[in-house]
Amino acid sequence: MAEQLYQRDIYGQTLLKLGALDKNIVVLDADLSSSTRTNLFAKQFPDRFFNFGVAEQNMMATAAGLASCGKTVFLSTFAVFAAGRAWDQIRVSIGYNNFNVKIVATHAGITVGPDGASHQALEDIALMRVLPNMNIIVPCDGPQAADAVIAAAKNPGPFYIRLGRSKVPTIENKDDFKFGKAQVISEGSDVTIIACGIMVFEALLAVKSLAQKGIKVRLVNMHTIWPLDKEAILKAAKETKFFVVCEEHNVFGGLASSIDEVVAEHCPKKVIRLGIRNRFGQSGEPADLLKEYNLTSLDIEKAVLSNIS
Amino acid sequence: MENKQLSVKELEARAKETRRLIIEMLAKAGSGHPGGSLSAADLVVALYFNILRFNAKDPQWSERDRFHMSKGHCCPLWYAVLAQTGYFPREELMTLRQLGSNLQGHPARMTPGIESASGSLGQGLSVGLGMALAAKIDKKNYRVYVLLGDGETQEGNIWEAAMACSHFSCDNLCAILDFNGCQIDGRCEDIMGLEPLVAKWQAFGWHVIEIDGHDMNQILSAYEQAKTIKSKPTIIIARTVKGKGVSFMEGVISFHGKAPTKEEAEKALKELS
Repeated sequence: MAEQLYQRDIYGQTLLKLGALDKNIVVLDADLSSSTRTNLFAKQFPDRFFNFGVAEQNMMATAAGLASCGKTVFLSTFAVFAAGRAWDQIRVSIGYNNFNVKIVATHAGITVGPDGASHQALEDIALMRVLPNMNIIVPCDGPQAADAVIAAAKNPGPFYIRLGRSKVPTIENKDDFKFGKAQVISEGSDVTIIACGIMVFEALLAVKSLAQKGIKVRLVNMHTIWPLDKEAILKAAKETKFFVVCEEHNVFGGLASSIDEVVAEHCPKKVIRLGIRNRFGQSGEPADLLKEYNLTSLDIEKAVLSNIS
Repeated sequence: MENKQLSVKELEARAKETRRLIIEMLAKAGSGHPGGSLSAADLVVALYFNILRFNAKDPQWSERDRFHMSKGHCCPLWYAVLAQTGYFPREELMTLRQLGSNLQGHPARMTPGIESASGSLGQGLSVGLGMALAAKIDKKNYRVYVLLGDGETQEGNIWEAAMACSHFSCDNLCAILDFNGCQIDGRCEDIMGLEPLVAKWQAFGWHVIEIDGHDMNQILSAYEQAKTIKSKPTIIIARTVKGKGVSFMEGVISFHGKAPTKEEAEKALKELS
């Protein structure tokens, strides 16, 4: 059994390390610091941590003011509140200004579980993807959450990093993380599965099962949604027969749409989209919700089998 | 750097000149917001010429005081003052709102001297709060000034920021409320009542100074008083007249967001000569 980690634990620990190295890093939260794990930074560096209470709009625009004075600002809240509640502040005060504000949104996706639809961000990638200057990373596991946070600290401009609530299995033996470069997890010539976040592990299970049936799948971890690795998509279009895209997000506007846009314009091929099909979420245990919304490895395997000629 | 102090008379002359530039820019651009630019002119002129520490030749000077115009639609006023204080050539003012111009219809960072974009109301006090917190972290002495519109304070974000500025004891922050009493759809009290404004800001933990926003002596002494207030932020609630300085614009709501025609501009410039 693979190692299971909370991405937000790794985030909190990585912030601590970065905070010790770089005195310019300031961290903000909106009354969720124990859930997002920014409380680790708060304890270690109280002079560089500010809690805004339940006021995400103020937190976002204040981050812009801090960044205008040369600070690198990491800020966190749940993904629904980060991307949705304060979108205009992100658009005008962070995105348009092209400031060094790194939004690390936790509790994204359907696997938030029992809290239900109001708390399950299924549209946050779409909301961020339409903002010029915004870089977007959806890490697939715990260690990659650290990679994403380090990339955001190193590269200038605004970032949106999407983390989950639950523990996720670590994908072993993958290549080094490169910001903006897709990660090929397995090589294959029949079909390409492109996934991000927790769906990479589900896809990997499907790939293993399909291999036993003689189907060779290329599995691509598209951790960076923007800037998108177009080359990896074009290469897969040339070398494999069709695409299956998997995301814990609405199929409108997220990873699937990103792939569709490149494929339709440059290399028309069939793209099967596995994601939330424009529905709101609901309460339930994460594993049951993944089944209900057809996001399990079995669903991925089925999608491949029913489309392969 | 300390800037040269002007006398009240000189400031009044600067304000008149600034109003002339606003009218000329807007008439040339054919669109924009004269009402609030004119009402806040005395407040911003006094601030830039006698209070703010900055270096127009080095806009990023780290010790500079920060100014942010949260009511971004009044940027013709900001541009006119930035040009007069040497941030960019005066001729550039006549490119307002044109394709490729550094002077956008609402403030943007491409303009020398502008720290942050605005235009979507309600965000600027938070931006100022971020600047004030950065000063505290870095133990710097610069002060932060944020110009707010009155209609703008109907935005919830303003009150989130108001709460936070006093929570974080930002005595290095001074808000200026251009209280001209008008917004696009009518008088503020008819659209969405703001009063009692003094009591509201006091209740949010602010030191409140009420002044006539067209009286240079009162404006200067309010800025000086704000510097002395410790452990809480200050707001200067400046009672102003929308369209101030141009008789046929004063208190006329339609001039909130309508540029003067060529004929109106000529008439206005005569009054301001």
